[in-house]
Amino acid sequence: MKSFVFPEFQIIRDEEKCGQCRGCERQCAFGTHTYDPVADRLISEDYKCAGCQRCVVFCPKNAIVVRPTPSFYRPNASWSREKLEDLKKQAETGGVILTGCGNDKPFRIYWDHIVLNAAQVTNPSIDPLREPMELRTFLGAKPDLMDISAKEGDIEIKTTLSPNLMVETPILFSAMSYGAISYNAFRSLATAACKSGTYFNTGEGGLPREMRAEFGRCAIVQVASGRFGIDAEYLNCAQAVEIKVGQGAKPGIGGHLPGEKVSAAVAQTRMIPAGTDAISPAPHHDIYSIEDLSMLIYALKEATNYEKPISVKIAAVHNFAAIASGIVRAGADIIAIDGLRGGTGAAPKAIRDNVGIPIELAISSLDRRLRGEGIRNRCSIIAAGGIRCSSDVIKAIALGADAVYIGSAALIAMGCTLCQKCYTGKCNWGICTQDPRLSGRLNVEIASERLSNLISAWSHEISEMLGGMGINALESLRGNRDHLRGVGLHEWELDVLGIKGAGE
Amino acid sequence: MARAVVSESSLEADQVDERIKAALIDATDLETKELNDRLRDLMLSGVKKVKIINVCGQRYIGTRLYTPERLKMEIEIFGTPGNDLAAFLYGHKITVHGNAQDGVGNTMDGGEIIVEGRAGDVLGFSMRGGEIYVRDNCGYRTALHMKEYEGKRPVLVVGSSSQDFLGEYMAGGIVILLDLYGQTHKANFIGTGMHGGVIYLRGHVEPSQVGGQVEISPIDDADRAVLDRYVSRFVERFPEIGKSKEEILNSQFVRLTPKSKRPYSKLYAY
Repeated sequence: MKSFVFPEFQIIRDEEKCGQCRGCERQCAFGTHTYDPVADRLISEDYKCAGCQRCVVFCPKNAIVVRPTPSFYRPNASWSREKLEDLKKQAETGGVILTGCGNDKPFRIYWDHIVLNAAQVTNPSIDPLREPMELRTFLGAKPDLMDISAKEGDIEIKTTLSPNLMVETPILFSAMSYGAISYNAFRSLATAACKSGTYFNTGEGGLPREMRAEFGRCAIVQVASGRFGIDAEYLNCAQAVEIKVGQGAKPGIGGHLPGEKVSAAVAQTRMIPAGTDAISPAPHHDIYSIEDLSMLIYALKEATNYEKPISVKIAAVHNFAAIASGIVRAGADIIAIDGLRGGTGAAPKAIRDNVGIPIELAISSLDRRLRGEGIRNRCSIIAAGGIRCSSDVIKAIALGADAVYIGSAALIAMGCTLCQKCYTGKCNWGICTQDPRLSGRLNVEIASERLSNLISAWSHEISEMLGGMGINALESLRGNRDHLRGVGLHEWELDVLGIKGAGE
Repeated sequence: MARAVVSESSLEADQVDERIKAALIDATDLETKELNDRLRDLMLSGVKKVKIINVCGQRYIGTRLYTPERLKMEIEIFGTPGNDLAAFLYGHKITVHGNAQDGVGNTMDGGEIIVEGRAGDVLGFSMRGGEIYVRDNCGYRTALHMKEYEGKRPVLVVGSSSQDFLGEYMAGGIVILLDLYGQTHKANFIGTGMHGGVIYLRGHVEPSQVGGQVEISPIDDADRAVLDRYVSRFVERFPEIGKSKEEILNSQFVRLTPKSKRPYSKLYAY
């Protein structure tokens, strides 16, 4: 059927600069550029372009520009171009519109309406270059009371402590499975996590056996509805186990890793036959209630000899704080909440763009709810979905999070340009693909260095901002909303965030 | 916390026979965690066989028995174990002299479970390896998302039948329902979303009882060989049913298999 959708991008090649080296042709897995030997020039097909900018960055002559097409439908506030084109595609295929990455719609980004405090005169600021700054964070349940005894200066803790994760900086890598992302991308995250004193999360695709001994010490392993790649060794080699109930990009639905992406190695790690769809059902079919969830939490505690904290990841939705309270009471040591802008390798666009609530509001309402019920110490909160920079991290912590997960930010550090074509498996940046020709482009050493650099840069910035507020330990900022003020927010928004307006 | 030790002092509660490395645990008044602590301690001290008596609802029996050395144990349970019996089981053998509850063999990796009675809901959920034999009936959501991989092919044999949602999302493995007690297969929504593995039903099933992704066909010689193997094991384990292998096999069977490995490949627009 002839498609009535016109190209999204326009490729402009400067023929003066182009040396016909055919680099662009090799770089593009979508087949956008082809060489015409008769005319000795490269032909670009706008239709095929994903706008990932790989050819632009790698053109040795800087001869290519890829920009949004200037073609347009008659402007219409109701019928935007995206709405028109999605509808046409569905008329042509009868299928669900898939997309990748996080929600790109103009929902209010609260981070950009919150400002931080700084110390002036009466409470002097601290210079992080001179003074020690404590970013170290412990994730897991804390006791209600700590019973200690002191003997000749030696302090002994008498209370039995729950297992905690120690993280050097409150930034962890979010769950991204091997299968959704390439082996090299997965290994880069693991390498950087170990190097930076933080953790990576395996997602639900398992942990390759050869990585368990080396990277288990900085791994959080996931147990999701598909139960892929899970055995007792997988659970025990990691430092924490996370039950994935929901994901910010697609709350309430499951996932299908299409058979094309289930290569032999992915199949082995997920422990399924190669080439079959890896189907994660929408719910865990052994969890239909908080009591059932509690059963799985304790099954995992049993399976790991009560040595690892158990996390439960849910998407932030309307009544999630009450549900989260149930999750804490069910025995979870960590709650990971994933907001409206959380990313994905593949999700129906209708879900990605319309389901869930912004993470900023979610952190605040969850923290307040658990404090109100007197159970905040029984779990740590990891916030995810839309963390873009160090100031987002510090605001998340002041709103009540213990740490954050970064997914998209980590991928961007490795080269991702958020072209949203993850689900095609043709990622030219070698991140979201199982094609060895493409994944080989991502060098683990360089990509992990880029990731470590990012963690280190953000940690420095967090120390700077903390010092500026006259605080020398992140612990003192946790849930300390007094250091935040809102600008341009409605009364109800300030109420939910639990912050005052600027100037108040 | 009560800890079982293989020593003279513990013989009262846990009678240990050093010669055969077998131990006895009386589960009366033991909490789940206490019982599993004792089991683990016994395994780590080299005990290979344990009998647990007076079991009443204690969960996760067999779950906490992972060791990197892959130590193996045989456990006999007298009474009624609680939910998630043998969840994540890593190669041990468990026999229940009685009924079992929900979640038997949840995400089991290997080993064997024998239930001399009935099992509850979500039996063999996401099971990837090992074998489960249930003498009587089982509940809803049996063998959900069971899968197989390389040498691992899980097997579930049930003497009677299952309730609804049998084999939903099934991605591998062998399920055999023998309908030995003349109740016929009443389950609906069998194999919805199935994309791997095989279900054998002794007797008959209506097309309206199975999901759209499932194909019903008669069995062939290869299927007969599979059935022969696992039905003999079933009969060996439950002589009390008083039926011979031939008696069981000499009747009609149907085979349910997925129509495709990719049930949802045409769902999306790219």
